[in-house]
Amino acid sequence: MNQSMDNEIDSIFQKHQRNQREALIPILQDIQEQYGYISEEAVQKVGLFLAIPTSKIYGVATFYDQFHFQPKGKFHITVCRGTTCHLEESDNLLEEVSKYLKISQSEVSRDGMFSLETTTCMGACGRAPVISVNGNYYEQMTIDTFKELIESFKQRAL
Amino acid sequence: MIRQYGDILDKFLLSEILISQPSSFNREETGILDRLTRRQVDKPVIYLGSGSCGRIAGSLKTGEAIREYLEFSGIEADITEVGCIGLCSMEPLMDVQLPGKTRISFCKVGPEKVTDILDAVFNRSILQEHLLGQYPQPGQEPWSNVVNVSDLRFFKNQVRISLGKMGIIDPENIDEYIASGGYRTFLKTIFTYRPEQVCDIIEESGLRGRGGGGFPAARKWKTALTTAADQKYLICNADESDPGAFIGRALLEGDPHHILEGIALAAYASGASKAFIIIRHEYSLAISRIRKAIEQAKEAGLLGQNIHGSGVNLSIVLKISPGAFVCGEETALISSLEGKRGMPRFKPPFPAVEGYLGKPTVVNNLETLALVPSILEKGPAWFRSIGTTQSPGTKIFALTGKTVNMGLVEVPMNTTFRDIVFFTAEGIRENKPFKAIQLGGPSGNCLDYNHLDLQIDFETLKEAHLGLGSGGLVVMDDSSCMLNLAKFYLEFLKKESCGKCIPCREGTKRMAEILENITRRPVNEKGHETLERFKGVMQLENLAEVIRDTSLCGLGKNAPNPVLSSLSQFREEYEEHIFDRKCRAGVCTHLRIYYIDIEKCTGCTACARKCPAAAIIGTPTHPHFIVEEKCTGCGICQETCKFVAIYIK
Amino acid sequence: MIFTIEVNNKQIKAKTGETILSALRRNGIDVPTLCYLPELDATGACRICVVEVEGKPQLVTSCSQPVEEWMKIFTHSPRVIQARKTLIELLLANHPDDCLYCPCNGRCELQHLAGELNVRERRFPNKKSPARLDQTCSALVWDPAKCILCGRCVRSCDEIIGVSILDLIRRGEKISIGTTFEKPLNLSNCITCGQCIQACPTAALREKEAFAGVQEILHKPSIFPVVQYSPVISVSLAEEFGIKPGKDLQGILNSVLRKIGFKKVFDITFAADVLVLELADTLLKRIALGEKLPLISSCCPGWVKYAEQYLPGNLDLLAPLKSPQQIMGKLIKRYYADMQGITPEDIVVTSVMPCTAKKFEAQREEMSLQGTAEVDTVITTRELAKLIRLNGIDINQLDEEMTDSPFASRSTAGKLFGVSGGIVEALIRTLHFRLTMKEIANPKITKIRGFKEKKEVYINIEGKEYGFAAVSTVKALPSLLDEIQSGKKNIQFIEVMACPGGCINGGGQPIQGNGETSQLRAKAIYDIDDKESIKASHKNPAVFDLYQKLLQEPGSPMSSALFTAVFNKRTVLL
Repeated sequence: MNQSMDNEIDSIFQKHQRNQREALIPILQDIQEQYGYISEEAVQKVGLFLAIPTSKIYGVATFYDQFHFQPKGKFHITVCRGTTCHLEESDNLLEEVSKYLKISQSEVSRDGMFSLETTTCMGACGRAPVISVNGNYYEQMTIDTFKELIESFKQRAL
Repeated sequence: MIRQYGDILDKFLLSEILISQPSSFNREETGILDRLTRRQVDKPVIYLGSGSCGRIAGSLKTGEAIREYLEFSGIEADITEVGCIGLCSMEPLMDVQLPGKTRISFCKVGPEKVTDILDAVFNRSILQEHLLGQYPQPGQEPWSNVVNVSDLRFFKNQVRISLGKMGIIDPENIDEYIASGGYRTFLKTIFTYRPEQVCDIIEESGLRGRGGGGFPAARKWKTALTTAADQKYLICNADESDPGAFIGRALLEGDPHHILEGIALAAYASGASKAFIIIRHEYSLAISRIRKAIEQAKEAGLLGQNIHGSGVNLSIVLKISPGAFVCGEETALISSLEGKRGMPRFKPPFPAVEGYLGKPTVVNNLETLALVPSILEKGPAWFRSIGTTQSPGTKIFALTGKTVNMGLVEVPMNTTFRDIVFFTAEGIRENKPFKAIQLGGPSGNCLDYNHLDLQIDFETLKEAHLGLGSGGLVVMDDSSCMLNLAKFYLEFLKKESCGKCIPCREGTKRMAEILENITRRPVNEKGHETLERFKGVMQLENLAEVIRDTSLCGLGKNAPNPVLSSLSQFREEYEEHIFDRKCRAGVCTHLRIYYIDIEKCTGCTACARKCPAAAIIGTPTHPHFIVEEKCTGCGICQETCKFVAIYIK
Repeated sequence: MIFTIEVNNKQIKAKTGETILSALRRNGIDVPTLCYLPELDATGACRICVVEVEGKPQLVTSCSQPVEEWMKIFTHSPRVIQARKTLIELLLANHPDDCLYCPCNGRCELQHLAGELNVRERRFPNKKSPARLDQTCSALVWDPAKCILCGRCVRSCDEIIGVSILDLIRRGEKISIGTTFEKPLNLSNCITCGQCIQACPTAALREKEAFAGVQEILHKPSIFPVVQYSPVISVSLAEEFGIKPGKDLQGILNSVLRKIGFKKVFDITFAADVLVLELADTLLKRIALGEKLPLISSCCPGWVKYAEQYLPGNLDLLAPLKSPQQIMGKLIKRYYADMQGITPEDIVVTSVMPCTAKKFEAQREEMSLQGTAEVDTVITTRELAKLIRLNGIDINQLDEEMTDSPFASRSTAGKLFGVSGGIVEALIRTLHFRLTMKEIANPKITKIRGFKEKKEVYINIEGKEYGFAAVSTVKALPSLLDEIQSGKKNIQFIEVMACPGGCINGGGQPIQGNGETSQLRAKAIYDIDDKESIKASHKNPAVFDLYQKLLQEPGSPMSSALFTAVFNKRTVLL
């Protein structure tokens, strides 16, 4: 861990109380917000700060959907798997997306460009199926519009 | 934020409650209050529906277009971002209120439409194509020939207690909330009633938890109140993770102060001086709005120590849920809050006795809390006058699926499903036949045609072995396959099971496998595999019973519901899948049987070359043929064929 | 308060506050359990212990439900049996079907339950879990395919031992058990104590077996196979053969090992005696020179690894001495080999230990010289039983024999190494003699005996008070160390054992369902101490002989050359 990261995590700790397990999830959230993922070094630091074994931190962090242990892709794609999206065949969409990007759920493409995730419901059921990329929403997706979108991202990244 | 009108609003808030506060307002003060409630505006106001659903539909782009329009045309107008009125399928919504006129609402306003609509409005005419309706208020001149929004079919049968101010007021401005009567009930209550009296009032109102179980809300409060402890907690559960439920999100985005008031009242009644509101991490807009709202309420002295001299202390802390469906269960939610894996534990002890950090903790669903301010404001008798005797009040549904209207509806508990689907939602799109309702998400049930006339109250549903669940109400037409849906929920549940107890963790997995087996196309099936497939339905029922009987928490107990209910309502569809290898909705891809129309086939061989199963035979320039036994139903041939010669029978 | 409840239409007595399970078990009604560990709070995870309580809509878990006066309970109604059976069938659905080849065959709780509940067919189609076998650790094997996720290992590591290397990971269908970032065991902070094996109902966690390799070398003519065994083996082996737990089989053990094919049989108790002398010397020197105290024992390799990971700043407190196992190995390969004129490379030392961590210890880099390990193979008590069975030996038909010279005698103080507090007791006896040249009047130091996590005793020798503590499991250690280092307690020596109660309860011992068996094993050791006459290590004639011939005196250059151990900081995720 480099020094600046060390200091940044320390400044996150300043917002929380030492040895209070209740602070675990908020601290992990802060760390993830800062770095996009949770590293081994960060887990070790949190363990020492809160006096929790790292195994428990990892157990907690993997339990929830929010936490990642590797950096997300440059374009983080979330496919909505709500009921209405499902009725509009978001399962097929997900499969196609996964095939097209050659990554499966919670994976990052080898070039670090794309990562894929699902969510239970974005609440835009009237516009199903919906996906989001880096927080921007795209509604009534088909595999073709999706491919267009991906190509446009690739262009943008060049 | 510095509150511009803080003094006036404090006076307004505390008049009648504290005798020291005069209740008469001068002209200027009345003017400010009128502006805040939009009874009178001195320049045009444009309201933009900017809940998440509006944003997904593109409201931010519409907003930009509005700003450009105003700049270009030189018209001076206020733009206010409001929450969702509940009619999600009509987003983006844009309302315009001209001075002296009523507020008029337009729907499906893409950025390209802004100029036309606004041009027309500022010239006192209306573009009918995008018109939704108007919101009449006394003292304002209505638009002629424009329907009132409340008279639209979508709104007509609704009784909007919790949703009342949604989409109407600015969710980021506490002053608007206070000016429209907000927080008065809270202050009045803490100055007038002791906590146990509040519990009594709520008990008298018959309010039952909207989280699914339907337990009397006041019972938990009383337990916590009477349990001796130095610290008690209240948790508002807004960790909504159902696929297809977004009630909490919309409430938080559209009227956050209303939720805070509900929390404050419940916390007071249960003796809690600290309350948590737990919101799913994906709900970024709701999070930012609640965060702002808490700050504003603190600043207005409505939260904190010794609130307005009442001696009551209350802090509300926002917690962001890192996301797991099982945390809807109260003990799991508490575990999560304690920084542990969100796994349910056995009860007793109940959280109201021993909860967060071992202290008495009341966990209430957000929707339950949203009803509390109105009950205390208008009295238990008023609440009892809505709904049924046993289930008074209203229930909010996230109405989605294949209906014409989709969104949030709040209806009295004596409404029937038929009313919701065929009146409020205006039936099925493209006039397709109604097939089923999925009620309550993964822990919920399937309803068929015979259930349409059931009332939505707890007793009726209990009698029919159904439950309200999360409030998701998905309407399906004949293009939906019930097995596919059941499979969808099981896939969801097996992912979301916390993994602690065997029946839920392993049982959901096995049930999903059985369904997968039934909906799979049996290629080169061996004898025992066929038998397994035939036994599938029996296994499902048997397994479901044990899962129900032995699971640790509600998630597990209710996990078999989607399958069992669809099995009892649509048994013949299951049998069709198993014995006839047919999916009548054509959803189960593996069961689709493709044929080649020999009239249309030119023998181009494209399909045969693409077929991954080598199931298409034929010689070039002659019509081809699909060998049924080999076909896996992938559909690649159909996509490939340029002559539309491949069809499904 | 005691009241009556009705179970299976019969009245039984129950106590207020206890669980249904406890009431049933006390009344001799057997309800199966899986995730339940008697020494820990119930979690209600596995649901196997469900019973029917009249009036309750769902079956209830008897391990967690408090018993109430009105209850009418059915423990084996068709509904209950159906539920239990289905639960087992669900577990079996993706369980590898290799019972015949499984190290756990015959003692597996899952297998047992499947039999008991009459599971006769695979009701749910088999989809084997793709989980990978972790064989990286020198002591343990982690086979996730056999894991039924009862969580007992997690709780044992966490709540009993206090190391907490494991947790449940992820949720739902992807749930598993693993270390931080799912590191393989060798790169984790596992201290290899093996208590998770004791907790595991299946073969998901097991020792890395080595007895098959031992069997192979026994009959190679070029090899001189030697065996050494820990002080607790003689009191633990009996139960593996259906003999009453706690019966001392020392003489039979010697003859059985020779029958198997070992040329020489040595008792590590001898090395324990040597260690006591060295330890007493080290302690007295540290006190005299005012060096860093307390001195902490370093016999338990699990504890040593723990210290290397968690207390790198305090490693100088550890006695820089090898453990009895390694001392014995060293003496065999250096002294005995010399004496007999055998090349050390030809000797293969097999160590029979109640411990899995000893497997790890024997493979530590500093425990070998120029490629020759002091101890070549370590097998557990359980493995020894398998080896005996493999060789078809009936231990009931054997005569008692002696261990081999020159290490043929032992003191009962060395034997005490097997129980928590034993090192302290042995040390006090020798210390007393060193300081006063007189034997201690009452060698039995009861304050340091027993299964408590932390025990302390203060002894006055010639007007000076010496404080001793014995800690078993590492839970109590950090706070004790704090108290000593901040001057609140005057303790000069701490004995640490990773396993609860010491080696008699080691990770390599016969699997026991409850704490009673280890009590009996402990009692056997104390009985030996009561009965025999050589009660102190310095009175062991063979030890005396060894010092005369080789070591001269404790702490001599020769003994340092042979017995010095080094400890190094280990960097792992804690």
